[in-house]
Amino acid sequence: MEEVKEVKLHGYVKSGYSTMVHYALRLKGVCYEYVEEDLKNKSEELLSLNPVYKKVPVLVVDGRPIAESLIILEFVDEVWKDNNPFLPQDPYERAKVRFWAQFFYQKLVPGGYAIRNSEGEARKKAAEEFVDSLIILEEGLRKDLYTGVPFIHGERPGLLDVILSGSHSTFNYLGGLAGVKLLEKERMPILCSSLDAFVELDAIKSMAQDFKIPKPPAPSAA
Amino acid sequence: MAKEVNLLGLWASPFVLRVQIALELKGVSYEYLEQQLWENKSELLLRSNPVYKRVPVLIHKDQPICESAIILQYMDEVWGACGPAILPSDPYERAIACFWVSYIDDKFGPSLVGLIRGKTDEENAAAAEQAILGLELLEEAYEKSSRGKRFFGGDDVGYLDIVLGSSLRWIEVIEIMRGIKLLDNAKFPLLMAWAERFRAAAVVKKLMPEAGKLMEYAKEVQARMNAAAAN
Repeated sequence: MEEVKEVKLHGYVKSGYSTMVHYALRLKGVCYEYVEEDLKNKSEELLSLNPVYKKVPVLVVDGRPIAESLIILEFVDEVWKDNNPFLPQDPYERAKVRFWAQFFYQKLVPGGYAIRNSEGEARKKAAEEFVDSLIILEEGLRKDLYTGVPFIHGERPGLLDVILSGSHSTFNYLGGLAGVKLLEKERMPILCSSLDAFVELDAIKSMAQDFKIPKPPAPSAA
Repeated sequence: MAKEVNLLGLWASPFVLRVQIALELKGVSYEYLEQQLWENKSELLLRSNPVYKRVPVLIHKDQPICESAIILQYMDEVWGACGPAILPSDPYERAIACFWVSYIDDKFGPSLVGLIRGKTDEENAAAAEQAILGLELLEEAYEKSSRGKRFFGGDDVGYLDIVLGSSLRWIEVIEIMRGIKLLDNAKFPLLMAWAERFRAAAVVKKLMPEAGKLMEYAKEVQARMNAAAAN
């Protein structure tokens, strides 16, 4: 792809998916413009950039919009492939990373909505199922990818670290709703190690100054 | 395992069909292992896909790869030199193809399942509406991304062609089961013409399941869903 000229991210301060894209762009060292969208009063521009889902994030690169966070993350990784690659080189390792990324969207995302949209006993049950899914993720990562370094699949942060850390505030929020700690260091050491290491990255620490998004939580504050 | 490449599949599954089409396009020799999914899932399946326990699973050099979209991307990376690329090589075009594949799997596909499963007129009407909305969007997407060429991917069958095309026989079956027209020539002339070209492709003709057989299977699926709901 030729030299990219203009990058614009349409997002929302409380959206974990938006945060994931911020993180990805920061890790790659990309200069971009940020537009905070009012989701209660969606702009004409947002509706025309993402007519199918009408959601954030939308990344616009040289005037061309891309929607859906996981798709945006892989796109960013391909276009700026020389900086901090998000995926391993080996095709089988890549397939494993993609599998767990997809697991996050297929299980944890609906699981999160289940907590948010329920109450009382149903919410308690939803929180338990959410934790079960986190354990499946933790054990799956241990079996498939873990190499004993702080980030999930390498010495540098990758796709899964970006997805997980992007969702950190959301996990805190959901935990608050359910009245439980969803992320426990003892039960989920790989996930917690990734979260702890991610907030220490220079590219990430400097982010709160540049954009109106909440500072990442203190290590394992969940 | 005897062969280097094995595919755990189910003859009626459109997701498995995607992988079979891709393997044929790449000219990869493989052994196909039909799986039981209702009861008695095989040890091999449970071992190869412990998280979801479903097909397709591609086993390459004893390493399992699960989820059709991930399998197709893997195939492009491993067998890049064999046959045309499945996914577009340009990152933006690839993102657009992935967007529509994701839409098909998250919205369009479930609306088709809804039409099989629906018990009331309201449920079926809602599912049909969602399916037709999906076709409207895909008709527009075809116009934009094909730029007058034969397939979504251009001159050759590509990622989005394979994913949407693998649902065509199911769409036919659902139309008969529900007495409705989804792929309407008047409403979706571009998709209809595309569908004919897709079905006519040699690799597809060879692999597409028989409509009659699939209809019987769909009735069995319906019966099982109703029984499960009743319990």
